[in-house]
Amino acid sequence: MTKHLSRTLLARYADREAVLDEVTMWSVETHLEECADCRAQLAGGDALLDRVAAAVDLGIAAGPDPAPRRRSWTMRNRWLVWHLGPWLAMTVAVLGCAVLLQALEPRVPLVSLLAPVAPLPGVAIAWSRRHDPAWELIAGTPAAGLAMLLRRTAAVLVVVVPALALASSRTGTSLALALLPCLAFSAATIALGGFIGVYRAAVVLGVVWTLAVLVPAVVTVHVPAVVQPGASLGWALLTLILAGLVATRATSFRFSKE
Amino acid sequence: MRTVTAAESAPTTYPWAVHAQELRVKAGRHLAVDGLDLTLDTGVHGLLGPNGAGKTTLMRALATVVKPAGGKLTLLGEEVDARADLRRIRRGLGYLPQQFGFYPRFTLREFVEYMAWLKEMPKAEIPGAVQRAIDRTGLTAKAGARMKTLSGGMLRRAGIAQAIVNDPAVLLLDEPTVGLDPEQRLDFRDLLRAVGIDTCVLVSTHLVEDVVAACTDVIVLNEGRLVHQGTVDDLIAQGGEGDAGDSPAERGYSALLRRHRAEAAR
Repeated sequence: MTKHLSRTLLARYADREAVLDEVTMWSVETHLEECADCRAQLAGGDALLDRVAAAVDLGIAAGPDPAPRRRSWTMRNRWLVWHLGPWLAMTVAVLGCAVLLQALEPRVPLVSLLAPVAPLPGVAIAWSRRHDPAWELIAGTPAAGLAMLLRRTAAVLVVVVPALALASSRTGTSLALALLPCLAFSAATIALGGFIGVYRAAVVLGVVWTLAVLVPAVVTVHVPAVVQPGASLGWALLTLILAGLVATRATSFRFSKE
Repeated sequence: MRTVTAAESAPTTYPWAVHAQELRVKAGRHLAVDGLDLTLDTGVHGLLGPNGAGKTTLMRALATVVKPAGGKLTLLGEEVDARADLRRIRRGLGYLPQQFGFYPRFTLREFVEYMAWLKEMPKAEIPGAVQRAIDRTGLTAKAGARMKTLSGGMLRRAGIAQAIVNDPAVLLLDEPTVGLDPEQRLDFRDLLRAVGIDTCVLVSTHLVEDVVAACTDVIVLNEGRLVHQGTVDDLIAQGGEGDAGDSPAERGYSALLRRHRAEAAR
């Protein structure tokens, strides 16, 4: 079949309104089945789609720019980047140094000794009147309280926990001994924070751990019992108890401690 | 315009928006509010007092930022104590602190939106409410500007915008007119009068003229105690002498303070 369908016939076939007798319809369709040229002609023959597309493009160009998509969680968590970022970067850097030092001196388990205090700078800064410029504004909102404290602590742990996991895998420290003390001390900071404020709680716990465990272990080059593998269960229990304590004392966080 | 829902126009179950009895509040170790009795309802209440009178500490206690050290404080019908539903109270509060900072990289709109979110407003209402608050404080043109690029007066107005964004039942404004130029101060007084129709507004200020222009009544604090609560006319009726150029209300205010100090000294 070499003869192609006429443009007029194709146009009438394409037009829903036009009346086409059954025999012509049938012959057109038979031809279309076999002839790619005429199919192409039929598809592109009507400029309607092109015209519509052009008109839509024009309308879009003439109208106002689309509103930028609001990514509310990015906005809500942007304080984290600007406000908490430097402190978290410092924490990660210290852990990195600990990994290097432990490689040089494997007898001191520096990573597991630092694990409990690793989240403390971030947690202390996350909700402190001195470091949060918007503290006064936020303290009087319904969102303030334990929920906000937990949300911000979680934001800190999201960075500190993977950093600790990485450090423990680099040094061969048991994962439980890196993460459980970190969680236990985070819970302890919040629990104690209900009484004296989170910032003070973090300072107290950090100083106590440093003086009682970290410094003696480094000076005497011996591994304290609390960071030996047998202590994992103890840390897990401590974490659970402290988390339970925080849950029962939720009301003491309603007024923000300074 | 504020739209009033059926729930809001129904009679409220509490007699006063703010009710304090023998209220004591500490600022650090110092008892800055010492045995205050105060009852406030809808209207614009001006809070006057010399420096250190306890104005800011009282504001912070009413904003539930500090816990009262003693006495009884009732906000929106709920006693602020160990068992209070603070979240419910706080949803109905608007608070402009005397000094506040914010994350400098937020734009003004993001700042007000973030505050609306912290005030637990329904998600669908936030964009409209934020736009309204920004418009009412005359900051429409600055909505996209970063907080760090705003001038002192604009930051003050941004603070007012976040305070009114949730249509609070109790609005606490601590020195809202500081840094505003004269024209902005006039606009602010208009805003106060409009908001005060259905809201309990407490405005602390050291400018007696602000109180005379926009407040329905005046509260004078001195050394943590209530010295005077009454209309502006009551304040003027206190008489007293002053320098030339002092308004009658300013004279009345100084006379009140002098009398209170003399009584305290005796």
